[in-house]
Amino acid sequence: MAENTKWVISGAPHVHGPESVTKIMWGVVIALIPSFLVSVYFFGMQALLLTVVTVLSCLVFEYLINRFFFKRPCSLGDGSAMITGLLLALNLPSGLPLWMAIVGSLVAIGIAKWAYGGLGQNPFNPALVGRVFLLISFPAAMTQWAAPKALFGDPTRWTDALSGASPLGFAKEALKNGVPADKISEMMPYSDLFFGNMAGSMGEISAIAILLGGIYMLCRKIITWHIPVTFLGSAFLFSGILWLCSPDKFMDPVFHLLTGGIMLGAVFMATDMVTSPMTAKGKIIFGLGCGILTVLIRTFGAYPEGVSFAILIMNAFVPLINRGSTPKRFATCK
Amino acid sequence: MKTFNIGGVHPHDNKLNTEAPVKELPIPQQVCVMVSQHLGAPSQPIVKKGDKVKVGTVLTQNDAFLGAVVHSPVSGTVNKIADIPDASNYPKPAIFIDVEGDEWEESIDRSPDIKREIELDAPAIIQKVKEMGIVGMGGACFPTHVKLMPPKDAKAEFLLLNGVECEPYLTCDYRLMLDHAEEILIGASILMKALGVPQAIVGIEANKPKAIEHMSEVAKSFPGISVQALKMKYPQGAEKQLIKALTGRAVPSGKLPINVGCVVDNVATCYAVYQAVQKNMPLIQRTVTVTGPSIKEPTNFLARFGTPVSAFLEAVGGVPEDTGKVISGGPMMGKSIMSAEATSVKGMSGILVLPEKQAHRNNIYPCIRCGKCVDACPMGLEPYLIASATAAKDFDKTEKARVMDCIECGCCQFTCPSNRSLLDNVKLGKATVGKIIRARNAK
Repeated sequence: MAENTKWVISGAPHVHGPESVTKIMWGVVIALIPSFLVSVYFFGMQALLLTVVTVLSCLVFEYLINRFFFKRPCSLGDGSAMITGLLLALNLPSGLPLWMAIVGSLVAIGIAKWAYGGLGQNPFNPALVGRVFLLISFPAAMTQWAAPKALFGDPTRWTDALSGASPLGFAKEALKNGVPADKISEMMPYSDLFFGNMAGSMGEISAIAILLGGIYMLCRKIITWHIPVTFLGSAFLFSGILWLCSPDKFMDPVFHLLTGGIMLGAVFMATDMVTSPMTAKGKIIFGLGCGILTVLIRTFGAYPEGVSFAILIMNAFVPLINRGSTPKRFATCK
Repeated sequence: MKTFNIGGVHPHDNKLNTEAPVKELPIPQQVCVMVSQHLGAPSQPIVKKGDKVKVGTVLTQNDAFLGAVVHSPVSGTVNKIADIPDASNYPKPAIFIDVEGDEWEESIDRSPDIKREIELDAPAIIQKVKEMGIVGMGGACFPTHVKLMPPKDAKAEFLLLNGVECEPYLTCDYRLMLDHAEEILIGASILMKALGVPQAIVGIEANKPKAIEHMSEVAKSFPGISVQALKMKYPQGAEKQLIKALTGRAVPSGKLPINVGCVVDNVATCYAVYQAVQKNMPLIQRTVTVTGPSIKEPTNFLARFGTPVSAFLEAVGGVPEDTGKVISGGPMMGKSIMSAEATSVKGMSGILVLPEKQAHRNNIYPCIRCGKCVDACPMGLEPYLIASATAAKDFDKTEKARVMDCIECGCCQFTCPSNRSLLDNVKLGKATVGKIIRARNAK
């Protein structure tokens, strides 16, 4: 028998599916490429530099905290720190001072992720925590939007009319001053908003680039349709109801879907596996909550944009949602 | 195409060399017949050292309701009764028989003629199935006669034949369906008579078109028996999933198939029932798939029970040099064995040899809460929750998460992108909670 003891003994199953954490993480990176390219296209080298700095600092903080604080094996290979860096960068205005981006990275990796125990343990989306920390700490720098300077097309519209303001910020201010909503909409054609010719955080401007990434992730089964569809759907419905009630005072629902971080949030931030519910039912509840909170904050809150807050608030409810949305048991479902 | 409703995974089916005919494995010089080869109360040997036995001589007795006897698969002399590790790697009592010739008990009909007329009545069939040591040959080894005696409050309506063979690599049931379709269906008719059910459905997965075609053709001359092609999805061969796929009925938690009017038997079991009832032949041999990526010519062998794994491996050209793991059964639910001295038993459907590079588990990452295990679970459980509660020894929570519903199919672990050992923990939780429940009920 002795010569056979080299056979491996382990429990079933003895084969494994094709999925791995690394593949999922790199899948998200690939899905982010279109949004990243669009941001470089509209905001130039500044966008590239900010992304590189944010990603690098996230990787460095991940490595240092892991190595010297937790004394665990290097975790850079799982790709999660890289995604946090990329997502954080895409959630920042392109003109942000680089040192602020580094501070944001430290908060994202150090506080939002590793203070809870690292990958898989964090209740809140690290990139969003980093972004919200910066937004609260440096409100001026975080709302100083560079106007998009497209390599082609008419660059004058934004520089003339809306310099330094995101569409949402501009609309909120204008509505407060009594400008009717349809006049505001006229200044910002949907086609610009759809393709990304507007001011905003680097990754949020182009709906089409985000949707491309989202479709890729859907095909790769990295995300499911539940969160993006319910998030966008509920935001559309809720803002639509408000708009129908009072078309002068509220922006129309299409405007709400195409501006600000709602696309980026619904496709990339809210779908983060670690901080979203486990079951389809839970994901639907989560998405509905995110959408309604976003519109609530946008229309009635102090900030013009509410996606980050909405997602973080819903993140806090995830453990509760998980308990309340257990999957259908075998014998009880049709 | 039909399939079960929730969960499931799609492992590569890896059915190798499926068209090769079944070979008869030469009888080894010595066999070690495990004393208990069924699920239930252990059997006791009734032979002793020096006893002469023939093929078909009863070797053990078992008076329990959930019991099955074992017959000698060879003729010769009992050498000793001693413990050897079986496929679970635990030492269990086995009867060592030195083989002398191949002399069969006279009562066994060894003629090749197919006997279609069923002479016995229902009680006699059940008695015969019990006497001949028939157990479920899909792997669980549940004594078949017990399934034929439904409790008073339940009535069987369907007999379901399991020809799914959803485990990757295994092809023994496929070969059996191609080679012995008529016997299988006569076996099914016998079971239908014993149960008093008018209808039987054979479930076969779509990756076996030839078997579907052939079985459908043969089934035309069997009233009440139909063949249903099923969409490929693991674990369709699991009893509850097969019932769901074929009849749309769902076995409630903690209940048996008979509670929804179904009895499920493997096609190999039906073949064994045919031989037992029509040919008076006890269960002494079965088809075993010997396969693996490095095996030159994967083959199905008809082999007597008690044949050591080493004999099977020699028959396919020896143990490949890169062997890292040897599995009794399929790769999803089979058991890795430590010694080639383990011998074939009624439930051993295959011997799978995996090369070194496929023998090890991948690196484990933290759970990223992706929920893929929840989506994959065919029982609608939350494997991550059961596994973590068990790891934390919070068995109350494990029980509340319905660990006892788990069918141990391994979909959760198969699909986990973090390669977490979910099933190890779930099995531990299930065993522990089972003990707790039994202790509670005993009070």
